[in-house]
Amino acid sequence: MEKYQISMLVGITIGFLARIYLLRVDYRQYPSYPHGYVTHISFGFIAAALGAVAIPAIMQPDFTAVTFLAVAATQFREVRKLERETLENLDASELIPRGKDYIEGIARVFEARNYLVMAVALISSGATFWGNWVYGVAGGGLALLAAFRLMSGQVVGDISEVVPASLTFKESLLMVEGIFLMNVGLPAHREKILKEGLAVLIKPRQDNARATLDNLGQRQAILHVASALLGTKRESGELEFSPAVGKDIDTGKIAIFLLPMEPDMECLIEAIQRVPILESSLRRPLATRAGRAAAD
Amino acid sequence: MPHPSPEIILAVITTDLTRVSGGGAPIFRVESQDELERVSLYLSRILEGAIHDLENGVYVIIGH
Repeated sequence: MEKYQISMLVGITIGFLARIYLLRVDYRQYPSYPHGYVTHISFGFIAAALGAVAIPAIMQPDFTAVTFLAVAATQFREVRKLERETLENLDASELIPRGKDYIEGIARVFEARNYLVMAVALISSGATFWGNWVYGVAGGGLALLAAFRLMSGQVVGDISEVVPASLTFKESLLMVEGIFLMNVGLPAHREKILKEGLAVLIKPRQDNARATLDNLGQRQAILHVASALLGTKRESGELEFSPAVGKDIDTGKIAIFLLPMEPDMECLIEAIQRVPILESSLRRPLATRAGRAAAD
Repeated sequence: MPHPSPEIILAVITTDLTRVSGGGAPIFRVESQDELERVSLYLSRILEGAIHDLENGVYVIIGH
Protein backbone atom coordinates (compact mmCIF):
# COMPACT_ATOMS: atom_id res chain seq x y z
CA MET A 1 0.00 0.00 0.00
CA GLU A 2 1.06 3.55 -0.62
CA LYS A 3 2.22 5.58 2.35
CA TYR A 4 -0.68 8.00 2.19
CA GLN A 5 -3.18 5.17 2.04
CA ILE A 6 -1.79 3.61 5.21
CA SER A 7 -1.78 6.88 7.08
CA MET A 8 -5.37 7.61 6.06
CA LEU A 9 -6.45 4.13 7.08
CA VAL A 10 -4.79 4.38 10.49
CA GLY A 11 -6.15 7.91 11.03
CA ILE A 12 -9.69 6.93 10.18
CA THR A 13 -9.60 3.79 12.30
CA ILE A 14 -8.16 5.46 15.38
CA GLY A 15 -10.45 8.48 15.05
CA PHE A 16 -13.49 6.28 14.64
CA LEU A 17 -12.55 4.18 17.66
CA ALA A 18 -12.05 7.40 19.61
CA ARG A 19 -15.62 8.46 18.84
CA ILE A 20 -16.98 5.12 19.98
CA TYR A 21 -14.92 5.34 23.16
CA LEU A 22 -16.22 8.84 23.90
CA LEU A 23 -19.80 7.66 23.35
CA ARG A 24 -19.31 4.92 25.90
CA VAL A 25 -17.91 7.22 28.55
CA ASP A 26 -20.83 9.62 28.79
CA TYR A 27 -23.52 7.05 29.48
CA ARG A 28 -25.24 9.26 31.99
CA GLN A 29 -25.86 12.09 29.59
CA TYR A 30 -26.78 10.01 26.64
CA PRO A 31 -30.37 9.23 25.74
CA SER A 32 -30.15 5.57 24.95
CA TYR A 33 -32.03 5.19 21.70
CA PRO A 34 -30.10 3.24 19.04
CA HIS A 35 -30.78 5.73 16.28
CA GLY A 36 -28.99 8.37 18.30
CA TYR A 37 -25.95 6.12 18.38
CA VAL A 38 -26.09 5.61 14.62
CA THR A 39 -26.20 9.36 14.03
CA HIS A 40 -23.24 10.09 16.25
CA ILE A 41 -21.15 7.19 15.06
CA SER A 42 -21.69 8.23 11.44
CA PHE A 43 -20.75 11.81 12.23
CA GLY A 44 -17.73 10.43 14.07
CA PHE A 45 -16.70 8.51 10.99
CA ILE A 46 -16.96 11.61 8.81
CA ALA A 47 -14.93 13.58 11.35
CA ALA A 48 -12.27 10.87 11.46
CA ALA A 49 -12.10 10.73 7.66
CA LEU A 50 -11.71 14.51 7.38
CA GLY A 51 -8.98 14.58 10.00
CA ALA A 52 -7.13 11.65 8.51
CA VAL A 53 -7.11 13.01 4.98
CA ALA A 54 -5.60 16.42 5.76
CA ILE A 55 -1.89 15.60 6.08
CA PRO A 56 -1.66 13.10 3.18
CA ALA A 57 -3.53 15.64 1.03
CA ILE A 58 -1.08 18.44 1.82
CA MET A 59 1.90 16.17 1.15
CA GLN A 60 0.50 14.98 -2.17
CA PRO A 61 0.38 18.09 -2.58
CA ASP A 62 -3.25 19.01 -2.85
CA PHE A 63 -3.81 22.16 -0.84
CA THR A 64 -7.47 22.60 -1.73
CA ALA A 65 -8.24 19.45 0.24
CA VAL A 66 -7.69 21.41 3.43
CA THR A 67 -10.78 23.52 2.71
CA PHE A 68 -12.72 20.40 3.61
CA LEU A 69 -11.90 21.13 7.23
CA ALA A 70 -13.93 24.32 6.97
CA VAL A 71 -16.86 22.36 5.60
CA ALA A 72 -16.52 20.06 8.57
CA ALA A 73 -16.86 22.89 11.06
CA THR A 74 -20.18 23.92 9.52
CA GLN A 75 -21.29 20.33 9.51
CA PHE A 76 -20.60 19.80 13.18
CA ARG A 77 -22.34 22.95 14.24
CA GLU A 78 -25.38 21.17 12.87
CA VAL A 79 -24.70 18.35 15.31
CA ARG A 80 -25.11 20.74 18.19
CA LYS A 81 -28.36 22.07 16.76
CA LEU A 82 -29.68 18.59 16.11
CA GLU A 83 -28.89 17.36 19.60
CA ARG A 84 -30.31 20.50 21.22
CA GLU A 85 -33.57 20.30 19.30
CA THR A 86 -34.05 16.61 20.01
CA LEU A 87 -33.45 17.00 23.72
CA GLU A 88 -35.60 20.12 23.98
CA ASN A 89 -38.49 18.33 22.33
CA LEU A 90 -38.10 15.35 24.63
CA ASP A 91 -37.77 17.56 27.69
CA ALA A 92 -41.41 18.60 27.45
CA SER A 93 -42.49 15.07 28.34
CA GLU A 94 -40.09 14.60 31.23
CA LEU A 95 -41.66 14.76 34.70
CA ILE A 96 -38.50 16.41 35.96
CA PRO A 97 -37.08 18.27 32.94
CA ARG A 98 -33.36 18.52 32.29
CA GLY A 99 -33.64 22.25 31.77
CA LYS A 100 -32.21 24.38 28.99
CA ASP A 101 -28.77 24.76 30.55
CA TYR A 102 -28.17 21.05 30.85
CA ILE A 103 -29.35 20.49 27.29
CA GLU A 104 -27.08 23.22 25.97
CA GLY A 105 -24.20 21.60 27.83
CA ILE A 106 -24.88 18.19 26.32
CA ALA A 107 -25.25 19.65 22.82
CA ARG A 108 -21.97 21.52 23.17
CA VAL A 109 -20.18 18.36 24.26
CA PHE A 110 -21.45 16.50 21.21
CA GLU A 111 -20.19 19.20 18.87
CA ALA A 112 -16.82 19.42 20.57
CA ARG A 113 -16.32 15.67 20.51
CA ASN A 114 -16.35 15.65 16.73
CA TYR A 115 -13.51 18.19 16.72
CA LEU A 116 -11.64 16.00 19.19
CA VAL A 117 -12.09 13.03 16.90
CA MET A 118 -10.82 15.10 13.99
CA ALA A 119 -7.74 16.10 15.96
CA VAL A 120 -7.06 12.52 17.03
CA ALA A 121 -7.37 11.30 13.43
CA LEU A 122 -5.11 14.14 12.22
CA ILE A 123 -2.40 13.34 14.75
CA SER A 124 -2.44 9.61 14.15
CA SER A 125 -2.44 9.93 10.38
CA GLY A 126 0.42 12.44 10.62
CA ALA A 127 2.41 10.14 12.89
CA THR A 128 1.84 7.27 10.49
CA PHE A 129 2.86 9.38 7.52
CA TRP A 130 6.19 10.46 9.00
CA GLY A 131 6.81 7.34 11.07
CA ASN A 132 4.91 4.11 10.70
CA TRP A 133 1.57 2.73 11.82
CA VAL A 134 2.86 1.92 15.33
CA TYR A 135 3.65 5.62 15.84
CA GLY A 136 0.22 6.41 14.45
CA VAL A 137 -1.63 4.18 16.90
CA ALA A 138 0.45 5.40 19.84
CA GLY A 139 0.08 9.07 18.85
CA GLY A 140 -3.67 8.72 18.41
CA GLY A 141 -3.98 6.98 21.77
CA LEU A 142 -1.98 9.69 23.52
CA ALA A 143 -4.02 12.42 21.84
CA LEU A 144 -7.22 10.73 22.96
CA LEU A 145 -5.97 10.44 26.53
CA ALA A 146 -4.95 14.09 26.56
CA ALA A 147 -8.30 15.14 25.11
CA PHE A 148 -10.12 13.07 27.66
CA ARG A 149 -8.15 14.59 30.51
CA LEU A 150 -8.72 18.13 29.29
CA MET A 151 -12.39 17.67 28.49
CA SER A 152 -13.56 15.90 31.63
CA GLY A 153 -15.17 18.69 33.61
CA GLN A 154 -15.82 18.98 37.29
CA VAL A 155 -18.70 17.35 39.11
CA VAL A 156 -20.76 18.64 42.02
CA GLY A 157 -18.77 16.46 44.44
CA ASP A 158 -15.55 18.26 43.43
CA ILE A 159 -16.74 21.71 44.43
CA SER A 160 -18.99 20.90 47.35
CA GLU A 161 -19.71 18.54 50.17
CA VAL A 162 -22.98 16.58 49.97
CA VAL A 163 -24.36 15.52 53.35
CA PRO A 164 -27.60 13.91 54.53
CA ALA A 165 -30.09 16.35 56.02
CA SER A 166 -33.34 16.11 57.95
CA LEU A 167 -36.80 17.07 56.75
CA THR A 168 -39.15 18.99 59.02
CA PHE A 169 -42.44 20.78 58.69
CA LYS A 170 -43.06 24.18 60.23
CA GLU A 171 -46.86 24.02 60.04
CA SER A 172 -47.34 23.60 56.29
CA LEU A 173 -43.85 24.70 55.26
CA LEU A 174 -41.41 22.00 54.24
CA MET A 175 -37.98 22.87 55.62
CA VAL A 176 -34.61 21.19 55.25
CA GLU A 177 -32.24 22.26 58.03
CA GLY A 178 -34.01 25.60 58.27
CA ILE A 179 -34.13 26.20 54.50
CA PHE A 180 -37.64 26.75 53.14
CA LEU A 181 -38.55 24.56 50.17
CA MET A 182 -42.31 24.60 49.63
CA ASN A 183 -45.76 24.79 51.15
CA VAL A 184 -47.58 21.46 51.37
CA GLY A 185 -51.28 21.88 52.06
CA LEU A 186 -52.62 18.50 53.12
CA PRO A 187 -51.55 16.84 56.40
CA ALA A 188 -51.71 13.42 54.70
CA HIS A 189 -49.16 14.55 52.12
CA ARG A 190 -46.92 15.98 54.85
CA GLU A 191 -46.92 12.65 56.65
CA LYS A 192 -45.94 10.78 53.51
CA ILE A 193 -43.15 13.25 52.82
CA LEU A 194 -41.80 12.93 56.37
CA LYS A 195 -41.95 9.15 56.19
CA GLU A 196 -40.50 8.51 52.74
CA GLY A 197 -38.73 11.68 51.66
CA LEU A 198 -34.98 12.18 51.49
CA ALA A 199 -33.10 15.42 51.85
CA VAL A 200 -29.49 16.41 51.41
CA LEU A 201 -27.53 19.57 51.92
CA ILE A 202 -24.95 20.67 49.36
CA LYS A 203 -22.29 22.75 51.08
CA PRO A 204 -20.15 24.71 48.62
CA ARG A 205 -16.46 24.46 49.48
CA GLN A 206 -15.64 28.07 48.59
CA ASP A 207 -17.06 31.16 46.91
CA ASN A 208 -16.57 29.95 43.34
CA ALA A 209 -18.63 26.88 44.15
CA ARG A 210 -21.28 28.98 45.82
CA ALA A 211 -21.68 31.18 42.76
CA THR A 212 -21.85 28.11 40.51
CA LEU A 213 -24.53 26.44 42.61
CA ASP A 214 -26.57 29.66 42.55
CA ASN A 215 -27.31 28.96 38.91
CA LEU A 216 -30.87 27.72 38.47
CA GLY A 217 -29.94 25.56 35.48
CA GLN A 218 -27.32 23.78 37.57
CA ARG A 219 -29.88 23.11 40.30
CA GLN A 220 -32.39 21.80 37.79
CA ALA A 221 -29.73 19.46 36.40
CA ILE A 222 -29.14 18.12 39.92
CA LEU A 223 -32.87 17.50 40.42
CA HIS A 224 -33.13 15.80 37.05
CA VAL A 225 -30.22 13.45 37.62
CA ALA A 226 -31.26 12.62 41.19
CA SER A 227 -34.82 11.77 40.22
CA ALA A 228 -33.74 9.95 37.07
CA LEU A 229 -31.47 7.65 39.07
CA LEU A 230 -33.59 7.12 42.19
CA GLY A 231 -37.05 7.58 40.70
CA THR A 232 -39.64 10.07 41.86
CA LYS A 233 -43.17 9.74 43.20
CA ARG A 234 -44.21 12.88 41.41
CA GLU A 235 -47.02 12.26 38.95
CA SER A 236 -48.30 14.40 36.14
CA GLY A 237 -50.86 16.79 37.60
CA GLU A 238 -49.92 15.89 41.18
CA LEU A 239 -47.38 18.40 42.31
CA GLU A 240 -47.06 17.67 46.04
CA PHE A 241 -44.31 15.14 45.59
CA SER A 242 -42.15 17.08 43.16
CA PRO A 243 -38.51 17.26 44.12
CA ALA A 244 -37.54 20.71 45.30
CA VAL A 245 -34.45 22.78 45.78
CA GLY A 246 -33.81 25.79 47.96
CA LYS A 247 -30.93 27.95 49.05
CA ASP A 248 -29.88 29.22 52.42
CA ILE A 249 -29.60 32.87 51.45
CA ASP A 250 -27.06 33.62 54.17
CA THR A 251 -24.57 30.81 53.58
CA GLY A 252 -25.28 29.69 50.02
CA LYS A 253 -25.93 26.08 51.08
CA ILE A 254 -28.33 24.27 48.79
CA ALA A 255 -31.05 21.98 50.14
CA ILE A 256 -32.46 19.23 47.95
CA PHE A 257 -35.65 17.34 48.67
CA LEU A 258 -36.71 14.22 46.78
CA LEU A 259 -39.48 11.68 47.31
CA PRO A 260 -37.74 8.76 45.62
CA MET A 261 -38.97 5.35 44.56
CA GLU A 262 -35.77 3.91 46.00
CA PRO A 263 -35.17 5.59 49.34
CA ASP A 264 -31.45 5.03 49.56
CA MET A 265 -29.50 7.94 51.02
CA GLU A 266 -26.06 6.74 49.94
CA CYS A 267 -27.16 6.39 46.32
CA LEU A 268 -28.75 9.83 46.40
CA ILE A 269 -25.54 11.40 47.68
CA GLU A 270 -23.46 9.55 45.11
CA ALA A 271 -25.86 10.55 42.31
CA ILE A 272 -25.70 14.20 43.29
CA GLN A 273 -21.93 14.18 43.71
CA ARG A 274 -21.56 12.95 40.15
CA VAL A 275 -23.78 15.55 38.48
CA PRO A 276 -21.57 17.41 36.03
CA ILE A 277 -20.94 21.11 36.58
CA LEU A 278 -22.47 22.78 33.54
CA GLU A 279 -20.17 24.95 31.47
CA SER A 280 -22.81 27.64 31.41
CA SER A 281 -23.13 27.79 35.19
CA LEU A 282 -19.45 27.75 36.05
CA ARG A 283 -18.49 30.97 37.86
CA ARG A 284 -15.11 32.03 39.20
CA PRO A 285 -15.54 35.24 41.20
CA LEU A 286 -12.32 34.42 43.08
CA ALA A 287 -10.35 34.76 39.83
CA THR A 288 -10.95 38.52 39.92
CA ARG A 289 -9.51 41.08 42.30
CA ALA A 290 -12.90 42.50 43.25
CA GLY A 291 -14.26 39.02 43.88
CA ARG A 292 -11.32 38.08 46.10
CA ALA A 293 -11.55 41.32 48.03
CA ALA A 294 -15.27 40.88 48.56
CA ALA A 295 -14.80 37.31 49.75
CA ASP A 296 -13.13 38.14 53.04
CA MET B 1 -42.82 41.59 29.26
CA PRO B 2 -44.69 38.60 30.70
CA HIS B 3 -45.37 38.57 34.41
CA PRO B 4 -42.30 37.03 36.11
CA SER B 5 -44.36 34.53 38.10
CA PRO B 6 -46.61 32.20 36.11
CA GLU B 7 -48.38 30.99 39.28
CA ILE B 8 -52.18 31.36 39.24
CA ILE B 9 -54.69 30.80 42.01
CA LEU B 10 -57.15 28.33 40.52
CA ALA B 11 -59.46 27.94 43.51
CA VAL B 12 -59.82 29.00 47.13
CA ILE B 13 -61.30 26.66 49.74
CA THR B 14 -62.17 27.95 53.19
CA THR B 15 -64.17 27.31 56.31
CA ASP B 16 -64.29 31.02 57.04
CA LEU B 17 -65.60 33.34 54.35
CA THR B 18 -64.45 36.43 56.27
CA ARG B 19 -60.85 35.50 55.42
CA VAL B 20 -61.26 35.87 51.66
CA SER B 21 -62.87 38.36 49.40
CA GLY B 22 -63.38 38.82 45.69
CA GLY B 23 -60.63 38.10 43.22
CA GLY B 24 -60.49 36.01 40.10
CA ALA B 25 -60.66 32.51 41.52
CA PRO B 26 -63.83 30.71 42.66
CA ILE B 27 -64.20 30.34 46.42
CA PHE B 28 -65.52 27.09 47.92
CA ARG B 29 -67.08 27.39 51.34
CA VAL B 30 -66.82 24.20 53.40
CA GLU B 31 -67.99 23.23 56.90
CA SER B 32 -65.15 21.36 58.57
CA GLN B 33 -61.41 20.73 58.46
CA ASP B 34 -62.15 17.25 57.05
CA GLU B 35 -64.23 18.63 54.24
CA LEU B 36 -61.64 21.32 53.65
CA GLU B 37 -58.94 18.72 53.07
CA ARG B 38 -61.16 16.47 50.97
CA VAL B 39 -62.42 19.22 48.69
CA SER B 40 -58.88 20.58 48.32
CA LEU B 41 -57.59 17.17 47.26
CA TYR B 42 -60.40 16.71 44.72
CA LEU B 43 -59.92 20.16 43.28
CA SER B 44 -56.16 19.77 43.07
CA ARG B 45 -56.52 16.54 41.11
CA ILE B 46 -59.17 17.99 38.80
CA LEU B 47 -57.27 21.23 38.18
CA GLU B 48 -53.81 19.64 38.23
CA GLY B 49 -52.66 22.19 40.76
CA ALA B 50 -50.86 22.06 44.09
CA ILE B 51 -52.61 22.52 47.44
CA HIS B 52 -51.19 25.22 49.67
CA ASP B 53 -52.22 25.98 53.22
CA LEU B 54 -52.35 29.60 54.30
CA GLU B 55 -52.73 28.39 57.90
CA ASN B 56 -55.78 30.50 58.64
CA GLY B 57 -58.41 28.07 57.50
CA VAL B 58 -57.85 28.97 53.85
CA TYR B 59 -56.42 26.55 51.30
CA VAL B 60 -55.55 27.62 47.77
CA ILE B 61 -55.02 25.53 44.65
CA ILE B 62 -52.17 26.92 42.60
CA GLY B 63 -51.35 26.09 39.01
CA HIS B 64 -47.55 25.89 38.79
